[in-house]
Amino acid sequence: MLDIFAIRKDFPILARQVNGKPLVYLDNGATSQKPLSVLQAMDDFQRNHNANVHRGIYTLSEEATALYEGAREKIRQFINARSVEEIIFTRNATEAINLVALSWARQKLVAGDEVLTTEMEHHSNIVPWQMLAKERGIMLKFVPAKPDLGTLDLGLFETLLTPKTKLVCVGHMSNLLGTVNPVKTFVEKSHAVGAKVLIDGCQAVPHLPVDVQQLGADFYAFSGHKMLGPTGIGVLWARKEILDATEPVLGGGDMIKEVTKVGATWNDLPWKFEAGTPNVVGAIGLGAAVDYLTKVGMENIWQHEQDMATYVLPKLTAIPGVQLFGMQKPSLDRGAIFSIWIDGMHPHDIASIFDEQGIAIRAGHMCSQPMLEVLGKPAAARASFYLYNTQAEADVFLNAIEDAKKVFGV
Amino acid sequence: MYESTLLDHYHHPRNTGKLEPADRQHREPNPLCGDVIEVFLKLDADGKVADVAWEGSGCAVSQASMSALSEKLVGKSKVELDAMGVQDIERSLETSINPARLKCATLGLVAVQKALRQEKP
Ligand SMILES: Cc1ncc(COP(=O)(O)O)c(C=O)c1O
Repeated sequence: MLDIFAIRKDFPILARQVNGKPLVYLDNGATSQKPLSVLQAMDDFQRNHNANVHRGIYTLSEEATALYEGAREKIRQFINARSVEEIIFTRNATEAINLVALSWARQKLVAGDEVLTTEMEHHSNIVPWQMLAKERGIMLKFVPAKPDLGTLDLGLFETLLTPKTKLVCVGHMSNLLGTVNPVKTFVEKSHAVGAKVLIDGCQAVPHLPVDVQQLGADFYAFSGHKMLGPTGIGVLWARKEILDATEPVLGGGDMIKEVTKVGATWNDLPWKFEAGTPNVVGAIGLGAAVDYLTKVGMENIWQHEQDMATYVLPKLTAIPGVQLFGMQKPSLDRGAIFSIWIDGMHPHDIASIFDEQGIAIRAGHMCSQPMLEVLGKPAAARASFYLYNTQAEADVFLNAIEDAKKVFGV
Repeated sequence: MYESTLLDHYHHPRNTGKLEPADRQHREPNPLCGDVIEVFLKLDADGKVADVAWEGSGCAVSQASMSALSEKLVGKSKVELDAMGVQDIERSLETSINPARLKCATLGLVAVQKALRQEKP
């Protein structure tokens, strides 16, 4: 059990009032709030240790490098990667996925090859593949989702998977439905036909224990800001063998060993893929976020979210007029993300009415337009919970739906 | 924001439909939320709005704003319409629009302004 009240004290913003009401922050799928320890780690770096990394011979630069590389080691441990060589810092998950598209995929895939993604993906795991497909004559196919169940169609996945498939892209947990996809099965089946697997772990790493070695994928992407860290820092994990055999895409400082007028040789991993001065403060903040999550325990966080789903789901689905997308019942394959549609009330209106009561939820297409198309809706209103959300906040959320329905007379 | 005038316009939108043929016609989507408003205008000899109809789908704010706006359009010139802003919509709806929803509230006005900027089709 989490001591939520102790946890809440660590997040200064949760004491805020919004429109005269206590903030109820339920947009964790978009970004999470930050604990004091993360803010302090970043502040301490900038006040006391700031220098560029991997450059100076002087004390400050060594401290900065140690803090930056120390953060990388924390992240390696957190997702159980074999080596820090496999941890590449990016701006966010989107950039991590694009890095795979622009480097490995662009170098290895040829016209006629196929890339599989799924209907359930966030736009960031669709658009880079559409761009690559257009540029290189690669075929992009979608694993269909079952809109009534909120799951991917594994049978159709297997029929789509052929020796032409070179890459399979799948989200670990859906940002719209909260479904946890059977990514291990995806990995096993894909590897059986020789395809590589990229997992978008943006909604998984913040919420449940992730072990990249156990999953066995080839690429795994996530963003720092959704897991208590700052914006502007994300991670691409990729197998060392693959990174070794892949040319970098950005050239410049830090990514080279030696430069002459004739050419350059590349730096070792992971720096080969980190051209220019990196987001040192961001990485340090993310390192502190990982410390915080580890201290609380990812198993405990996931259990709390399961408890939240178990509490919210029966109540939410019992409200007349509320259509909940995805899995209707609590399940080990479902997180605490609740996307709804109410006939006669646009999601933006729901979100505005909630805002008047200090409740922050997301409304719109959630960067999941293909999945919404499958569901036959233009948009959704989404509440997404995290470790600091309480049962009392769930009640505020549920009551606010009833209030909003009254305002609109539905 | 969701006062009775706004909700009334949302539930009973005024001047909906098409004008065929129209002197000016413009479809304005809001990519952020998928709202759409399409306006049809007839103009008099001086280029002032003589008749208006519109169709749309989306949130209460965008639809009610267009409905209220449609009641203020007849007799207005392009210059007068270009000078209009969210405050005119707020006055008609007897409410204030949250900053986060300004785009929704002005979607219809933008559609009308763009329609008038076009040449006759
Ligand atoms: C499943 C999923 N993938 C990718 C992203 C993109 O994250 P970012 O915008 O931080 O790159 C998000 C964030 O909304 C997400 O939920």
